[in-house]
Amino acid sequence: MIRVVLPHHLRTLAQVNKEVGLEVDGSVTQRTILDALEAQYPMLRGTIREYGTQQRRPFIRFFACGQDLSHESPDALLPEAVQTGAEPFRIVGAMAGG
Amino acid sequence: MSGVRVLVGTRKGAFILTSDEKREQWDISGPHFAGWEIYHIKGSALAPNRLYASQSNGWFGQLIQRSDDGGQTWEPVGNEFAYEGVTSSHQWYDGTQHPWEFKRVWLLEPSLTEPDTVYAGVEDAALFRSQDGGQSWHELPGLRSAKGHLWQPGAGGMCLHTIVQDPGDPKRLFVAISAAGAFRTTDGGELWEPINQGLNSPFELPDSTAEVGHCVHSIAMHPARPNVLFMQKHWDVMRSDNAGDLWQEISGNLPTDFGFPIVTHAHEPETIYVVPIKSDSEHYPPDGKLRVYRSRTGGNEWEALTQGLPQSDCYVNVLRSALAVDSLASCGVYVGTTGGQVYVSADSGDSWMPIVRDLPAVLSVEVQTLP
Repeated sequence: MIRVVLPHHLRTLAQVNKEVGLEVDGSVTQRTILDALEAQYPMLRGTIREYGTQQRRPFIRFFACGQDLSHESPDALLPEAVQTGAEPFRIVGAMAGG
Repeated sequence: MSGVRVLVGTRKGAFILTSDEKREQWDISGPHFAGWEIYHIKGSALAPNRLYASQSNGWFGQLIQRSDDGGQTWEPVGNEFAYEGVTSSHQWYDGTQHPWEFKRVWLLEPSLTEPDTVYAGVEDAALFRSQDGGQSWHELPGLRSAKGHLWQPGAGGMCLHTIVQDPGDPKRLFVAISAAGAFRTTDGGELWEPINQGLNSPFELPDSTAEVGHCVHSIAMHPARPNVLFMQKHWDVMRSDNAGDLWQEISGNLPTDFGFPIVTHAHEPETIYVVPIKSDSEHYPPDGKLRVYRSRTGGNEWEALTQGLPQSDCYVNVLRSALAVDSLASCGVYVGTTGGQVYVSADSGDSWMPIVRDLPAVLSVEVQTLP
């Protein structure tokens, strides 16, 4: 089971608690996690990745295991601890404003 | 007993204000979608408990919410706004051409004739339509063919912010875009033509009477007279008596003819309201006095409506969608400010009282008159 932590506004939108549990078939990557997340919670489509390009929205960040993975390839394997569920994949609203 | 439901979009959520026909005691519901920008929230004239809300922010983009119970519960519906065909380009700030990029939905306009049809005006400027209650959206791309390469963003972005439906002819629509102008279709949205003859923008355009490029801020129509249109332009208040074929200025004795919203009285087609703002450089009322101006002669002759509105040290703005009327026997007028106040007049503007004073900045105000 993959663990995903959503930011406040997306938890409200998806009507979930802090963590979401996802089954991901095959390789565990940003893309496969987000595909599974959007399949389970279709209201999140377009809020994390752009429609069409499927690129990460500019003010979204992906953290896991103390690393910023936002600029990694969406098809790169995520750390072992994420794959095993020991650590969550964190979707974060970037700092913006003042 | 009849009453009103006021739908308020703000920088940090939506609020629903309800009252009976006296409009003295109010129930406040909200914030709905707390923390999100709600550019617009509007109910269907055909099914009043069906509401649509445009919900967005810089992190998570655009959502559309629908309620079928008058705003008690909401359901996210379709939020994919894909431009049709090869994405064309428009004028950019530096004079180059820039491709269309979707940013947000400025307003949602439920159809007057089809219960599941709703229009969306978006930035970058385009008109979308849903025919399944907001689940899916399709652009009406003919609009961008109306010299879209000459449109350009205003300070607020290049947005389609006004949609006016002819209640007697569902195929005739009017839209307004900043900064492109006003446009009309008579075939339901396939073909569009600019309707900007008579507009004059010497401070904004090198050719002040260009066919497109004008910064139209809002358009209003009284449903009983769909060939008469009123316009608040960047500067100038205008009127057309031939459905936009030709405009004439009706600013008359206004203290300034800059402003954003314009609306018509519910029962008097020649009575119109504007909120003069000092200038395009100073977005607040002249002299620190919030004054709604009313003309009962279809323009040119205006009177200041001040009773109950702040008449000193007031430096708020009233945005283009933040002025509305109800259709009770004694027409109510509502104004929302960037200072978070929503004022109501239950007597056509003669006197005002605040409904709320401390909301987030108000982006839009719409009113439903309930049986």
